[in-house]
Amino acid sequence: MAVLVFSESDNGKYKKSSFEAISYGRDLADQLSTTCIAVSIGNKGEENLGQYGAHKEINVQGDVYQDFNPNTYAKTLSELSSNNDGQIIVLSQTYTGKSIAPILAIKQDAALVTGIIGMVNTSDGFKVKTTVFSNKAVAHVQVNQANKILSIIPNSYQVNIYESKSEIISHNINVSKKDLNTKILKTEKETGKIPLTEAELVISAGRGLKAAENWNLVEDLSEALGAATACSKPVSDMEWRPHSEHVGQTGITIKPNLYIAAGISGAIQHLAGVSSSKVICVINTDPEAPFFKAADYGIVGDAFDILPRLTKRIREIKG
Amino acid sequence: MKILVCVSVVPDTTTKITFKDNDTIFDKSGVQFIINPYDELALTRAIEIAETNSGNVNVITVGEVDCDPVIRKALAMGANEAFRVDAQPINAFFVAQQIAHHAKNNSYDLILTGRESIDYNGGMVQGLIAEILNYPIINVVTELEYKENTIEANRDIDGGKETVSSAVPCVVSAQKDLCEPRIPNMRGIMMARSKPLSVLEATGESNYTQVIKYELPPSKTGVKLIDAENAESLIDILHNEEKLF
Ligand SMILES: Cc1cc2nc3c(=O)[nH]c(=O)nc-3n(C[C@H](O)[C@H](O)[C@H](O)COP(=O)(O)OP(=O)(O)OC[C@H]3O[C@@H](n4cnc5c(N)ncnc54)[C@H](O)[C@@H]3O)c2cc1C
Ligand SMILES: Nc1ncnc2c1ncn2[C@@H]1O[C@H](COP(=O)(O)O)[C@@H](O)[C@H]1O
Repeated sequence: MAVLVFSESDNGKYKKSSFEAISYGRDLADQLSTTCIAVSIGNKGEENLGQYGAHKEINVQGDVYQDFNPNTYAKTLSELSSNNDGQIIVLSQTYTGKSIAPILAIKQDAALVTGIIGMVNTSDGFKVKTTVFSNKAVAHVQVNQANKILSIIPNSYQVNIYESKSEIISHNINVSKKDLNTKILKTEKETGKIPLTEAELVISAGRGLKAAENWNLVEDLSEALGAATACSKPVSDMEWRPHSEHVGQTGITIKPNLYIAAGISGAIQHLAGVSSSKVICVINTDPEAPFFKAADYGIVGDAFDILPRLTKRIREIKG
Repeated sequence: MKILVCVSVVPDTTTKITFKDNDTIFDKSGVQFIINPYDELALTRAIEIAETNSGNVNVITVGEVDCDPVIRKALAMGANEAFRVDAQPINAFFVAQQIAHHAKNNSYDLILTGRESIDYNGGMVQGLIAEILNYPIINVVTELEYKENTIEANRDIDGGKETVSSAVPCVVSAQKDLCEPRIPNMRGIMMARSKPLSVLEATGESNYTQVIKYELPPSKTGVKLIDAENAESLIDILHNEEKLF
């Protein structure tokens, strides 16, 4: 038996969420006294994954992987796991991971658990915690099947560092262009911006900022801090900001280490997407704004006055 | 052309979540149920596509009889026919199995779902259906066009967007921005009463996963207020005490 971990990279570097998934896979493999194998498909990152806990790395090459297709990727992982007795496959819950996991589950006749936020408890069966009801609750899920696909929410597991290097093995898999069942016509990557789903620091603003042209206050602060920007739903509905920044129950769910919200009231649907952020700071003119109840730090004040002062202070500290 | 939209019936977005029976069951008392917001987008787009292609839209829900009023709303929005598989949706695999079983016998060109349900948030059902039927899947779609047996879609990817095409039949999951959800009008509501809503029996079972307990996430211990005069000290706290940057 082995634990396989799917490792995603972007531009020659592995994603932080992949390091988390590998550390997760390693801790689980240790519990089960087995090995942790990191798998990359097509392009790989430059880092050696042994540092994060992989005993072994497998890289699968082929032209067929140039474009992401859930079917070819799932088929590859499925074959690898059969060849390596990989009863457990760990993925991080990115858009890519989410597309692959269910297909893999059917191919492997495996139990599928998504939204995982903590380590497996193997003391009595196989139990794991997942987030449900849009972050408003946690479920304890018991898994009753030998083959398992586990999808881990990014930023919910610590990265461990090991003083070892893993051997990298190249592999060929019997996947061909015939298996590409969709065709990519165009790809647009946002460059130079931190993707919200991967960001550790996020600055967000709502209707309290009054107009799109005031977002320079938010952008200055996020730039000074090296943070990503987010917004409430009405802000993206009014097209002050792109829809990819909308967080909440019907937007993106995020879990950064820091979430600063300015001019956002803190409606229950907004909180659903951000409440598991580690530290929440709220800036609002209304001391009765519901967001203060969900916050760690609060400033009752005018965002137009406060945001530039925070930016200035960060620049002073960072020099 | 024939489109199937998978509709899950979920607690209204303002619902405060509570549990009963030693935190083993979601407490439905007093909870208002709605069409899952992403499924509402999927349904609206399906109706628009059917309108321009003289097609038909069916909806399917795996759930018990208390789902019927919400399913009627889907019919009022403009779906032609509804199916309800009469069973508790115990897990995503079970749900997908039921929907795939129905789809197998009804040759749909397109199966639409939401990106995820706002109760279980798995985002799994669509991929499971696709793989059981051996159809392609296009996830988190923000634009969807159908032309001559081909689907062209824009979808979100990590850190960007991409445009994808696929032959039909295929499975597509809806993301915000796909369209404006359609609000049923009086005529739609009247017509929905006489549209067919068939109840199907469930097939097979699934015990691969099982929720044994729920808990509420820990709540914040209380906000620490910082005087607006001293707003800058927030940054010092985040830097020195929380060590966030
Ligand atoms: C089905 C459904 C799904 C939804 N999903 C989401 C979702 O995913 N995400 C989401 O965000 N919302 C969602 N909503 C909307 C949600 O209910 C709220 O309407 C929304 O979050 C409010 O956005 P806001 O806080 O920016 O605006 P408002 O509620 O208008 O709040 C603005 C706040 O700014 C403060 N303010 C004003 N001026 C200043 C100033 N100068 N400085 C500082 N503060 C100031 C005000 O005191 C107020 O608290 C959903 C609603 C529904 C019905
Ligand atoms: N019980 C259900 N009945 C019908 N469709 C469902 C059901 N549960 C989920 N779905 C569909 O599958 C999508 C993803 O659901 P989930 O995997 O629960 O996040 C939803 O947006 C629905 O379109």
